[in-house]
Amino acid sequence: MQANDLQAALTAIAPQLGGTAITGLRRLSGGASQETWAFSLDTGRPLILRRKPPGTGSVTGLATPLATEAALIRAAAKQGAPVPEVLAICDPGSDVGEAYVMAAVEGETLGKRIARDDNFAAIRPKLAFQCGEALAKIHAIPLDESLPPLNRSSALDELAKYEAVYRTLDARRPIFEAAFKWLKDKAPPLERPVMLHGDFRNGNLMFSPRTGLAAVLDWELVHIGDPAEDMGWICTASWRFGGAKPVGGFGDYADLLAGYEAAGGAPIALERVLYWQMLGSLKWGCMCLGMYASFANGTDPSVERAMIGRRTSETEIDLMALLERAQ
Amino acid sequence: MITHPTAPELIDSVIKFIEERAAPNLKDRDAFLARVAVNALGAVKRELEQGPAAEARAVERLRALLGRDGDFATLNAALCDGLADGGIDGSDPAVLAHLKASIIDQVRIDQPQYAGLKTLAP
Repeated sequence: MQANDLQAALTAIAPQLGGTAITGLRRLSGGASQETWAFSLDTGRPLILRRKPPGTGSVTGLATPLATEAALIRAAAKQGAPVPEVLAICDPGSDVGEAYVMAAVEGETLGKRIARDDNFAAIRPKLAFQCGEALAKIHAIPLDESLPPLNRSSALDELAKYEAVYRTLDARRPIFEAAFKWLKDKAPPLERPVMLHGDFRNGNLMFSPRTGLAAVLDWELVHIGDPAEDMGWICTASWRFGGAKPVGGFGDYADLLAGYEAAGGAPIALERVLYWQMLGSLKWGCMCLGMYASFANGTDPSVERAMIGRRTSETEIDLMALLERAQ
Repeated sequence: MITHPTAPELIDSVIKFIEERAAPNLKDRDAFLARVAVNALGAVKRELEQGPAAEARAVERLRALLGRDGDFATLNAALCDGLADGGIDGSDPAVLAHLKASIIDQVRIDQPQYAGLKTLAP
């Protein structure tokens, strides 16, 4: 779809959003698996459109429908988690396409700036604690029938899912083989399933330099599973962006865990977070290969998709460090 | 083999063109993609310069590890199969040493600034 068609389709739903016309439609950079567009209502209110790229399947075949994503954002808001207000949900058959529209939240999502820029220096020591608080609230979403059906996934289920992705891609990566084996041998049982964000990491978290965590975005990988999965993911080395600290490059494990408990989350052992951190590197490595595959098969011929395949090796070097430490 | 210019010189000239002439005229997603393109060319240049020696070292290690001959793809596939079916022990120090040396060489090509490289190869 051309930007002109999208402009017309969004103008048609402007009354639903609280205006009569839209202005300033533009695609934002980044976002490899979903399109993100910014625009404003004629009232001046800035909005964000999150849309599935037309004519494509999901990167890994594992993604949640955007309507489910939007429903979960609303459920998280009820628990007091920082999320944007969802204003409209568009069906796959609509002129806009499969999408939802939400309020724009001001802040920074670029991990490099959050982990390293001076204007975050004052708030940075509080961010890991705030992430822990937000996760406790998300994990408190009741698993009841008012929500769309969601996958339930243990560590072994996650490993099987990403191993299946890896096996179909015909890549031969010996560090992945060793990591799959190690993680399967040490897999913890799913003792206390909770609602997970599923993609809680730099890039999907909006931070304000004054107040810290402003919004948890990109609920595409929401599912039910081990609470330590979300914590391990924000600690996965690929999300540190050159920052020295383990939690998103900006914070310490102890603060993440303390924030979680302070907001009512049941205590989680650091060892369990570290297990999921390693699984996180393996998972991101498989996702990098999967995104490269969409370049190789012509679905997305962009240089971005080609180059993301070369980020697989960063996950392998992180896995290597973890495997070495585990000996 | 070919000089005047060499392949790395050609790549440098394209990087310079993108950064100095093309990128300033681009915005939003295209500006982002121009940065990715420059990164891609950097990786290609490093692979041209470092890749052949890295592969030769990997083949040498794999031959010693597996006790057989073959090209990189064949030997690497045999290592993967062995690790997957348990025929090769992933905690064997010789296996770990090969995996570590190989991934250090690869990240030096793909992303030499990656923090995890400094962790493993200070």
